Amino acid sequence: MTGPGTDPRVGAAGSTPTPTRRGTELALLGFAVLITLAAQCIVDLTVTDSLSPELATFGTWFTALWVVAHVVVRRFAPYADPLLLPCVAVLMGLGLTMIHRLDIAGDQLGGKNSGGEDAPVQLLWATVGLALFVAVLVVVRDHRVLARFAYTLALVGLVLLAIPAVLPASISEVYGAKLWIRVAGFSIQPGEFAKICLVVFFAAYLVDKRDVLALASRRVLRLELPRGRDLGPVLLAWVASILVLVFERDLGSSLLLFGIFVVMLYVATERASWLVIGVILFSGGAYVAYQVFGHVRVRVDTWLDPFAYQDTGGYQIVQSLFSLGTGGLFGAGLGGGRPDQVPVAKSDFIASAIGEELGLFGLVAVIVLYLVLVERGLRTSLVVRDGFGKLLAAGLAFAVAWQVFVVLGGVTGLLPLTGLTTPFLAYGGSSLVANFGLVALLIRISDAARRPVAPPQATPPKLTDAPTEVVRP
Amino acid sequence: MAEIVLQAFRFGFLLLLWLFIFAAFRVVRADLFGGRAGRVASVPPRAPAGRKRGSRGPRHLVVTAGPLSGTRITLGEQAILVGRADDSTLVLTDDFASSRHARLTNRSGQWYVEDLGSTNGTYLDQQRVQGPLLVSPGQPIRIGQTVLELRS
Repeated sequence: MTGPGTDPRVGAAGSTPTPTRRGTELALLGFAVLITLAAQCIVDLTVTDSLSPELATFGTWFTALWVVAHVVVRRFAPYADPLLLPCVAVLMGLGLTMIHRLDIAGDQLGGKNSGGEDAPVQLLWATVGLALFVAVLVVVRDHRVLARFAYTLALVGLVLLAIPAVLPASISEVYGAKLWIRVAGFSIQPGEFAKICLVVFFAAYLVDKRDVLALASRRVLRLELPRGRDLGPVLLAWVASILVLVFERDLGSSLLLFGIFVVMLYVATERASWLVIGVILFSGGAYVAYQVFGHVRVRVDTWLDPFAYQDTGGYQIVQSLFSLGTGGLFGAGLGGGRPDQVPVAKSDFIASAIGEELGLFGLVAVIVLYLVLVERGLRTSLVVRDGFGKLLAAGLAFAVAWQVFVVLGGVTGLLPLTGLTTPFLAYGGSSLVANFGLVALLIRISDAARRPVAPPQATPPKLTDAPTEVVRP
Repeated sequence: MAEIVLQAFRFGFLLLLWLFIFAAFRVVRADLFGGRAGRVASVPPRAPAGRKRGSRGPRHLVVTAGPLSGTRITLGEQAILVGRADDSTLVLTDDFASSRHARLTNRSGQWYVEDLGSTNGTYLDQQRVQGPLLVSPGQPIRIGQTVLELRS
């Protein structure tokens, strides 16, 4: 494998002094496609002893996706971070492979996920996601433009968030959570898109207000406490997340929404007291929810002692734990386990399927890939020069991190189970498409962050004979 | 499929996955310690090391043109908000200025000017201020009809 070994600076240097690192990205993308194809071959060979005829189609399509993505980035965001796309490619490739593997298991072994070929559908959704990715990069040439639409996006986000709550349960309810719009065979989870709209809004809002939120304070017990009236926004976010919990019966979205807001508030104001206030508010809300709502109590009880409920509410988590235990350190090998024994292994429990077949080392590799993705997002946030971009990048990166933490925590029994999706891995169109949009925004901001600044003029020209110039990046 | 081949697949794939991560880390490391030398190295030389130590940079912000011409503000550690809003540090009576027009921030003795989304823009010399820009003493900052300067 020559790709990773090449010096990244040589490939992309060219005539520009600042490397764009597109060569590095291309090499890593090639590596990612190779990993995915290897995984697909291994699954086919292990399970059926022969390569399936669809493999060629899949390989071509999957490769084409990333070629298109790379060309678009090269053209529209030449200085973008070189690691974002390859990490996404590996995660998505692994996800597609696991879904394909569970498809086969469903057909052959008659497991609990039988029926329907989901991998091609997921690939189709990935194509839709790529279309959104391209659209975002082409339309949004400067991320600061988004700040102008902050309040529009906030409205869109809230409407998207609220739609499933007001729709009748026959359209919006799946497994007890009212999160969906199901029309004519399609199901969309509007909350995934609401998440991005709201992060953009939070960033624009907090850039405007952070001085007020950061400066006015009282000092109590070594903590800088904000004034009472400045608690308004955080209380509003808290109420919104509680409403989501009550009306959509979804712990995950609620936790995600509130967590993102509190962390962005912390990033904007650099004051840890917001985190303390957030934790207190959320624990209070969660305790009340536990007392009042049956579905929350079921989740918590099965989390505290899954084996006591293994025939009822705890079945999923128990199967997931067995699955992870079967995997051990090195896993059963791709295609060697029985991940189809876990309910909804393609979406909610895809992490335990990976844990079973690739073992602890494989699952940790997946987590490290997310870690790299998030690290690049946070680094973008540090380097980018405008406040809005900083907050937006930090918020988007944190959204990914928080989602992975909550899902993996649920699957491994660290946290109560929630209905969040594992970004890029899990089966689910809305999540995949929305996360492609999220990565497109990160790439746009990282392009602005890494783009070299025009050096300041050494001797300023005379005021009278110099034209007024507008510099556009 | 033979058992030995399956075992080769099993460990070979994990190895491949970690090789990718290793490659990704190489890029991260290049960013931290070498590859981004351009940006990392460009910051310290901008601060002329010897000169700044004694005086700690500019002391005053002076209005050199416009309705408030002659006004002088002593610079401290805090950021300076310029605009028509009453809570600005420098309250402008200038029809071409926005209510929250620009901000001057102090980062370790250096002052940066940042446009706060004003309608008519902020200009440092002839350059429109898009992101934060370093202001050296004597460089004119134009906001509407007002021109500001840092003085030592």
